[in-house]
Amino acid sequence: MNRYNYALPQFSWRFFPIWQRHFLVWRKTAAASIMGHLADPVIYMLGLGYGLGSLLPDMGGTSYMTFLAAGTVCYSTMNSASFEALYSGFARMHEQRTWEAILNTPTSLDDVVLSEILWAATKSLMSGIAVLAVIGLLGLSHSWMMIWMIPLALLIGLAFAGMGLIMTALAPSYDFFMYYFTLVITPMMLLCGVFFPVSQLPESLQIAANFLPLTHAIDLARPLMSGQLPAAFLLHIAVLLAYALGGFYISLVLFRQRLTR
Amino acid sequence: MNTVLSASGLQKSYGEQCVVDGLNLSIHKGECFGLLGPNGAGKTTTLRMLLGLIAPDAGEVKLLGLPVPQAAREARIRVGVVPQMDNLDPDFTVAENLLVYGRYFGMQDREIEARIPSLLEFASLTLKRDAKVPTLSGGMKRRLTLARALVNDPEIIFLDEPTTGLDPQARHLIWQRLRELMQQGKTLLLTTHFMDEAERLCDRLAVLDNGKLISQGSPRELIEQNIEPQVVEVFGENVAEWAAQHAANYVQRFELSGETVFCYLQNAQPLVAHLQTQTDLRYLHRPANLEDVFLKLTGREMRE
Repeated sequence: MNRYNYALPQFSWRFFPIWQRHFLVWRKTAAASIMGHLADPVIYMLGLGYGLGSLLPDMGGTSYMTFLAAGTVCYSTMNSASFEALYSGFARMHEQRTWEAILNTPTSLDDVVLSEILWAATKSLMSGIAVLAVIGLLGLSHSWMMIWMIPLALLIGLAFAGMGLIMTALAPSYDFFMYYFTLVITPMMLLCGVFFPVSQLPESLQIAANFLPLTHAIDLARPLMSGQLPAAFLLHIAVLLAYALGGFYISLVLFRQRLTR
Repeated sequence: MNTVLSASGLQKSYGEQCVVDGLNLSIHKGECFGLLGPNGAGKTTTLRMLLGLIAPDAGEVKLLGLPVPQAAREARIRVGVVPQMDNLDPDFTVAENLLVYGRYFGMQDREIEARIPSLLEFASLTLKRDAKVPTLSGGMKRRLTLARALVNDPEIIFLDEPTTGLDPQARHLIWQRLRELMQQGKTLLLTTHFMDEAERLCDRLAVLDNGKLISQGSPRELIEQNIEPQVVEVFGENVAEWAAQHAANYVQRFELSGETVFCYLQNAQPLVAHLQTQTDLRYLHRPANLEDVFLKLTGREMRE
């Protein structure tokens, strides 16, 4: 037991060159990366939106496609941050030993983990903007309130990056991440209101869904897309922030235990 | 003498196992200091504590006049590190690796770019400036790692087994570069388990075993203090029989290891004269070296 492991994070500007490094790597494969951000969510949205949407009545005054658009932004930003924090983060920490190289300079583990969470959230931001651009082009939302989706994408990214980094800190190998995707990410996609309203679920599952971050993300996104101020928006923002800060702190403690022994 | 790095009473345990046990070290400006020891002796843990990457359970470290780990960040601004395993950025070119690494020290891009040509020249990588890291040979990667450790013009350079896994040509080139750094007045702290490397490069050495410092001094002092000056290695099919019957008549101290008897002597002449009459045995007469010291101090049995 080492008291230092539980110390609060010490922030410094030295995280920035590390974030810059991740950005430079990304820039080398930007075209493929943007395709990746777009292809999967847009195909889901169009396929289900046109295919299933034509069979469904309007969802509270909007088309099913518009209903689905809000959910699509949220789950694609969730996926971007999760993949970055888990697979790419693990590669940088373990396989490529990038962290080890960085830690030999005047940076600290706190800087490295901060740059990871911010970079994963940056990926969410980029993926959110890409999907929003498609939504805008298709004319699925006409409200200027849609602009708030951009900071929301960043916030969703921070929440899922925080959660994902906890897994990265615990992972013995890449195989470990399958559990997280099968047991956490996929259930959230199906239970948190991406494809249908949470109110359609049995009560016990509704209660469970209320604790999951994606539910709160969608509760913010869906009204914004149709030009309304979300109900209880402070609560939803607080929940997402709590996941982000909690995930950051817990993962930092775990990384300290893992790497400073 | 100007001390750039000192440690006193350094202690580190993982669970029940004591990895570093009461270590005292003092490294002077401009010298090359070698930490020797078998695998698991605590060399890498010691380096990590001296750099402030892990906190010792007890003891004090002063690096470039600053207390570590408390002020490790400030101290590391003036330190270069060559790690045991390559951790270059595989997505970047040679020059990009240097640029990105310099930024971690808070250097401006213009400042780093001005240094890159001389760093590439030092590493003999000028023509590889825009090559991606995966296309480099093992020796080139090591040289780039060394150049990267110099990007901030450090006063002291930590090298953790700098030539492990390299072929002889690549090792000699690294040694040559390390000597150039010493001529420039840099202080080097290196770990190695190659005795020829330690003997060639180091002004002073410390032998570490089971986390304890068991001997310290210049390579010559270590040999003089710890071992007889002459060694005769005897080999052949019947060497065990010979050792049992004759060795004690000529040698005060000898060891049978596999098919070889190592004889340590003050005066080898009587033994050599005797061996010349033994037609079924071959022998090698040589001066004692650091490897003999190392094996005497840390034993011949395997460590893993």
